[in-house]
Amino acid sequence: MSKKSQKFEGDPNTTGHVWDGIEEFDNPMPRWWLWTFYACIIWGLAYTVAYPAWPLINSATTGLLGYTTRGEVAEAIAEVEEANASINTRLAEADLTAIADDPELAVYATSAGAAVFRTWCAQCHGSGAAGVQASGYPNLLDDDWLWGGDIESIHTTISHGIRNEDDPDARYSEMPVFGELLEKEEIAQVSNFVMTLSGREAQDPSMVEAGAEVYEYNCVACHGEDGAGNRDLGSPNLTDAIWLYGGSYEKLVETVTYSRYGVMPPWTERLSEAEIRAVSIYVHQLGGGE
Amino acid sequence: MTDSNPAPSLYKAREPIFPRRVSGKFRNLKWVIMAVTLGIYYITPWIRWDRGPSLPDQAVLLDLAHRRFYFFWIEIWPHEFYFVAGLLIMAGLGLFLFTSALGRVWCGYACPQTVWTDLFIKVERMIEGDRNARLRLHRQKKMDARKLRLRLTKWFAWLLIGLATGGAWVFYFADAPTLLRDLVTLNAHPIAYTTMALLTATTFFFGGFAREQICIYACPWPRIQAAMMDEDTITVAYREWRGEPRRHSPAAEAGAPQGDCIDCMACVNVCPVGIDIRDGQQLECITCALCIDACDDVMAKIGKPRGLVDYIALSDEEAERGGKPPRNIWSHILRPRTIMYTVLWAAVGFGLVFALFIRPEIEMTVAAVRNPTYVTLSDGSIRNTYDVRLRNKNNDPRQFRLFLKGDPTLRLQLEGTPYQVIDVPAEASRLQRVYVISPGASAPSEGDRTEFRFWLEDLTNGDRAYNDSIFNGRGS
Repeated sequence: MSKKSQKFEGDPNTTGHVWDGIEEFDNPMPRWWLWTFYACIIWGLAYTVAYPAWPLINSATTGLLGYTTRGEVAEAIAEVEEANASINTRLAEADLTAIADDPELAVYATSAGAAVFRTWCAQCHGSGAAGVQASGYPNLLDDDWLWGGDIESIHTTISHGIRNEDDPDARYSEMPVFGELLEKEEIAQVSNFVMTLSGREAQDPSMVEAGAEVYEYNCVACHGEDGAGNRDLGSPNLTDAIWLYGGSYEKLVETVTYSRYGVMPPWTERLSEAEIRAVSIYVHQLGGGE
Repeated sequence: MTDSNPAPSLYKAREPIFPRRVSGKFRNLKWVIMAVTLGIYYITPWIRWDRGPSLPDQAVLLDLAHRRFYFFWIEIWPHEFYFVAGLLIMAGLGLFLFTSALGRVWCGYACPQTVWTDLFIKVERMIEGDRNARLRLHRQKKMDARKLRLRLTKWFAWLLIGLATGGAWVFYFADAPTLLRDLVTLNAHPIAYTTMALLTATTFFFGGFAREQICIYACPWPRIQAAMMDEDTITVAYREWRGEPRRHSPAAEAGAPQGDCIDCMACVNVCPVGIDIRDGQQLECITCALCIDACDDVMAKIGKPRGLVDYIALSDEEAERGGKPPRNIWSHILRPRTIMYTVLWAAVGFGLVFALFIRPEIEMTVAAVRNPTYVTLSDGSIRNTYDVRLRNKNNDPRQFRLFLKGDPTLRLQLEGTPYQVIDVPAEASRLQRVYVISPGASAPSEGDRTEFRFWLEDLTNGDRAYNDSIFNGRGS
């Protein structure tokens, strides 16, 4: 601290800077400030010994405390998992259809399921679960389900997946490649007919009648006489407004000619039962659950 | 460097300060302010305030776990944090106002650093004696039994004060009686103990040892206040024109008529920051006014009028040098600058009070889900999704009916329930997913954006709230 002796007696000690006649005192810094500075340096050095710091050729010093950021994350994850262990057990053991009636379990499952969905499902189904329109990744928000939209059907689909070799219980169905079975003319006819099933106008109305005949011989077994599909077989409903691979005439011709083969992996290997149930609950409450 | 002297030391040890006891009107005022501010600080968490069975009965409580701030009859939710911002703006403007009118009056009277340092010095004086005794003790190099006893007693007393300070702080964040019981029985959360330990240590160190060093080196306010003060600001100053030439000065020794200052050093000896007010305005001065009391005392003894050191405005210097009386204090204080600060301060205050009164009891925020913007349903209709958050600020659970006004084809549907009524528990908020659906062939479905309005009705008292939103059709 400056004393009057410095300011008013003898030669005032200034920095020599002058702004508009205003001079600046060159007061000494407090000694404790210097000691604080030294203490910080010592602290800093000690820190580099205690924690990973000094770079070596292939790695870095690990520090005496054995701290790693990865270890910290693993610890935090283990902590959360431990805290959730009991509710996860409850979730895995509860009656699937009764979960929605248990508010605590339902809220937990929805939140946990959202996390599982963003990690494992969003790659195909999108972060908003809207799928990819007309490209074969189903929209999970709507009320149209290939394999059923009640909680148990969703749970089965997620557990075993669709058309995969890894799980014997996978959902399985296969549409024939009609390009090898039918003439081009017939494919054009049946495509025109299918357009009318969903109440739309055919591309070429003159072909509809012939198309109905092709449909009856080739398609009814799976898609039904009325075209409403069959969830047991995973055959899509052709009468509604939702087209997994696009509903235009060109897309229908493509689908009939080459068939479609959408796949989904089974999740029992990678996710726990509680996680599968959580994501089932999450998908079920997105707006299309039955 | 214009200085031709050998380079001075870059660092300087702190010179210990031993303020002498002083009495007078400003000292008394400071005692009163200390009692009031410390009283408010220590007592506030213990005031009870009945809010009904479901809410805490502590008048002032920062409930971080439940994200509520309770202040007597006011309850602030997180989304109303602007009230706190408003209060901070008022505090800032208030500081500007007081500084432009009365200088560093905050520093001198109300700043916690000043108040606690004052208290610590008082304790130090009670244990080790007044200035001369403390100086002797300081100069005594040998740590004999007496010095050790005095030092330990003093530090123990300081630690107790520090503990009480840290202890009072944590009571603002939890139910005080419960927390006190937990603290004593060692059942409280480690954070409570850590906070207390930290505040005890900082109080002990800042009040006992750092003292004026905090004001001079650590606090930014002394630097900022220079911009707030001008020549009309009332501040503590020495009437040099009346005091000089002081006794013992070369001029007085040479026979010039001596001024009122008898160079008794009373003003220097009582100063808690260790400066000589007679040197003029200084950065270190916190305007605690103790030098005024000390000098007035001396002036009374030697039969001179009081006020050699006094609260004066620097603009009065010329008039006083000419033998005229200073201007009225109010003519200094009431000037455009202070009036502007007052108006701003009051405007923010009125705004906050107004906002508090028009604050609705029910609230709704609507966040439209835009991932995806719309969903096509199997019958061709278009659905939009909204996350609606409802807040019930009442003491009892309420039922809210949600409906919409807009295009007649728009239909509302709630996730998980066929009804349009939502139960919200007392003092809670609830997130409800809401669907708005329009048939495939309607204008909203085919179009781009259709505006509509969500309405919320409290079925208990008929209160309503609304929120405008947008429906996206296929054209969007």
